[in-house]
Amino acid sequence: MERVIAFPLMGNYHVPAKFLFSKISNSRILDSPTITSKTIELGSKNSPDTLCTPFKYTLGTYIECLEMGANTLIQMGGGCRYGYYYELQEKILTDLGYKFEYFNLVSMGHTDLKKIYRILKTINPKLNVIKSLYYLGITIKMVKYMDKLEDYIRQNAGYSKSNLEAEYNKMLLSFSKVKTFIGLKYNYIKYKIRIKSIKINKPKDNIKIGVIGELYTLMEPFANNNIESILESFNVEVKRFTNVTYLLFEKGRKSKRYLKKLKNIKYKMGADAMDNIYYTKYLIDNKYDGIIHIKSSFCTPEIGSMGIINKMCEENNMPVLFLSMDANTSSVGFETRLEAFYDMIEMRKRHE
Amino acid sequence: MNKCYLGVDIGSISTKGVIIDSYNNILSSNYIWTMASPIDAVRKLISTLTIPEGYILSGIGTTGSARKLIGLMLGANVVKNEIICHAYGTLNYYPDVKTIIEIGGQDSKIILLNNGVITDYAMNTLCAAGTGAFLSSQSKRIGVDINDFGVLALKSKNPVKIAARCTVFAESDLIHKAQLGYKKEDIVAGLCKSVVLNYLNNVGKGKKLREPIVFQGGVSKNVGVVKYFNEVLNTNVIVDNNSHLMGAIGAAILSSKTPSDKEFDLNIDNISFETKGYECKGCSNNCEVVRVIKDGKLIDSFGNRCEKGSLMK
Repeated sequence: MERVIAFPLMGNYHVPAKFLFSKISNSRILDSPTITSKTIELGSKNSPDTLCTPFKYTLGTYIECLEMGANTLIQMGGGCRYGYYYELQEKILTDLGYKFEYFNLVSMGHTDLKKIYRILKTINPKLNVIKSLYYLGITIKMVKYMDKLEDYIRQNAGYSKSNLEAEYNKMLLSFSKVKTFIGLKYNYIKYKIRIKSIKINKPKDNIKIGVIGELYTLMEPFANNNIESILESFNVEVKRFTNVTYLLFEKGRKSKRYLKKLKNIKYKMGADAMDNIYYTKYLIDNKYDGIIHIKSSFCTPEIGSMGIINKMCEENNMPVLFLSMDANTSSVGFETRLEAFYDMIEMRKRHE
Repeated sequence: MNKCYLGVDIGSISTKGVIIDSYNNILSSNYIWTMASPIDAVRKLISTLTIPEGYILSGIGTTGSARKLIGLMLGANVVKNEIICHAYGTLNYYPDVKTIIEIGGQDSKIILLNNGVITDYAMNTLCAAGTGAFLSSQSKRIGVDINDFGVLALKSKNPVKIAARCTVFAESDLIHKAQLGYKKEDIVAGLCKSVVLNYLNNVGKGKKLREPIVFQGGVSKNVGVVKYFNEVLNTNVIVDNNSHLMGAIGAAILSSKTPSDKEFDLNIDNISFETKGYECKGCSNNCEVVRVIKDGKLIDSFGNRCEKGSLMK
C-alpha cells in the first residue's frame, strides 16, 4: 500500500515541512486542506470540551486528511498539555475507526536524533542518512529565512500601499521547488530584494504593539482571527517574538538567559509562560505602545503568566489587552475590542 | 448658518439618536427600540429628529453594534466603536471622570480614564449575564414591567441572594426562591444586586474603580441597580439625565471633530436601502456575506474572510 503522509497546519510552516518529507520519505505527501470553520467543527466535535483549541484544530486537520486518504500522521509534543496530544489524538482517531500509523517526533519537548532516525527508517526503509541530513539542513535554513522576512513584513506591512504579503507568498512557492542550498539562497535574496524595494511610508512616532501569548494561537492566523492583518490595517507596527526558529533552535539557550534577567520569577512555568513575561519586560523597556496577550481558552501556562503580566503592565502604565480564543469566536466583538485598544493607544499618544 | 451634528447609537436592544450644535448642546434626541431591525429603527428614529431652523447638518457619526451598516446607510463621516464614543460623550459632561460603568442591552463595559485620556477598558465576555437583556427577560418571567423594576426593588428590605456568575444559575436560583415563597420585591431587588455583583466580578475584575464614577447605558435608568452600586462600592455613582444617550452624543462630538466635505442629508425616506445575506460556497468556511444595496446599487459587502467572497471588485 502506498504511504500517504499528512501533518497539521500552522501558519506557513507546512511549506518547509512538506519540503523535508517529500525529499526523505519516499512517499506521497498530502496537502493538508486549509483550515476552515469545518476543520474546527470536526475537531471540537471529537475532542473533550475543555481541551485547548490547538488540539481541536490539529485533530480536525487529521480527520480531514484521513478522509482524503492519508495513512501516516506526524505530530510533535511540547512542554504543556501539548505533550499529551499524541496519545490522546491517537486514541480518539482509532476510536473513530480510522486505520493509520501515527508518529511523534518530539515528546514532552525533548527528542534525540536516534528516535527520529528510527521513525524515519520505519516510514522509509531505504532512508539515506547523508541525503536526509542535507535536506534537513536546507529545511532549517528555509525556516530561518521565512521567519526573518516575516519579521520585516510585520514591522512594515502597515505602512505600505502595495501588498508585501503577495510577494512573500510567491517566495514560499519558489521555496517549495528548491533542490539545493544555493537555489534556496538565490530565491531568498531575490524576493528579499523585491520585498525591501517596496516603498514604506513609516512615520517616526508610529504606534508599535507587541503580540505575545500561546504559540499556536499566535502563529496560526485562522486561530487568532487574523489579528496581525487587522492591526496592520490600523497602520500599526507589530512585534512578535514567537516563531519556529525560536521554539526549535533558540529557546533552549535563550530562555535560561531570560530567566536570569527576571527578578520576580525563579522557575520556568511551562510552555512559553516565562518567555512571555520576559517579552513583557522587553516591550516595556523598549517603549512599545501596547501589548496584546493572546491564548487559546484553558491554556494553563498562560493563565499563570497573565497575572504577572497584568501587574507588570499596571506598574509601568502599559496598556495591555488579554484575548482568549475558543473554537467559535465571532469576529465582530473581536474587532471592536482591537479597534478600541488601538483608539485608546492613539488617544494616549496624542496627549503625551 | 450654524452647524449641527447627528450621532446615532444602534445597540442590540435600543437605538439612540441625538443632534448637537457646535457647542455640544443637545438640540433634539430620541430613544426607540431596535426590534432586531436596525434599518427600520433608524428610519423611524430619523423621522422623529428635527433640525431646528437656522442649522445645517455638517456631520454624522454612528456607533453601536450596527455602526458599520448604518454608517453606510446614512453616509456617516465617523464610524467608531462604543468605547471611544462613550468616553467622549461622558468627558463632555464630566471632564474629571475616572471610571465609566456602562451596562447596555447585550454587553457591558468599564472604561478607566486619567486626565481625560482612556487608560484601560474591558468588555464583558460573550455572555449576557448581568446585562439589560437578562433583566428584561427576567422581568417578563416575574410579570413586572421593566420600567417599574427599579422602583419595586427599592421597596425591598431583604433582597434574596441570587447567584451572580451565570444567567443559567441565576435563573434556577430565581425560580427556586420564588417557589419558596419570597416576596416579589425581594426577588426583584436580588436580581438588581446580582447584576451589580456580576458586573464587578466579570467586567471590573482586577481593576481599581476610582471616583468620580459615572454609570450609564440603558440599565442606569434602573434605580434599583443604581442603589446597589452605591451600596456595594460605598460611594455615590453619578447618573446623568442623558445617561442612555452618551454613546450617541460621543459619536456626534467625534463627527464634529472630523471635518468632512461630504454633504449630509436626513432625507432617507425615498431611498431604498436593503441588505441581502448570502452564503459563499467558495470553500467549507461558508462565510455569510452581507450585501448592502442602496437604490438598487451594490454599495458594499462584508463578512467574507478572503478574496473569493469579495463582491466589491
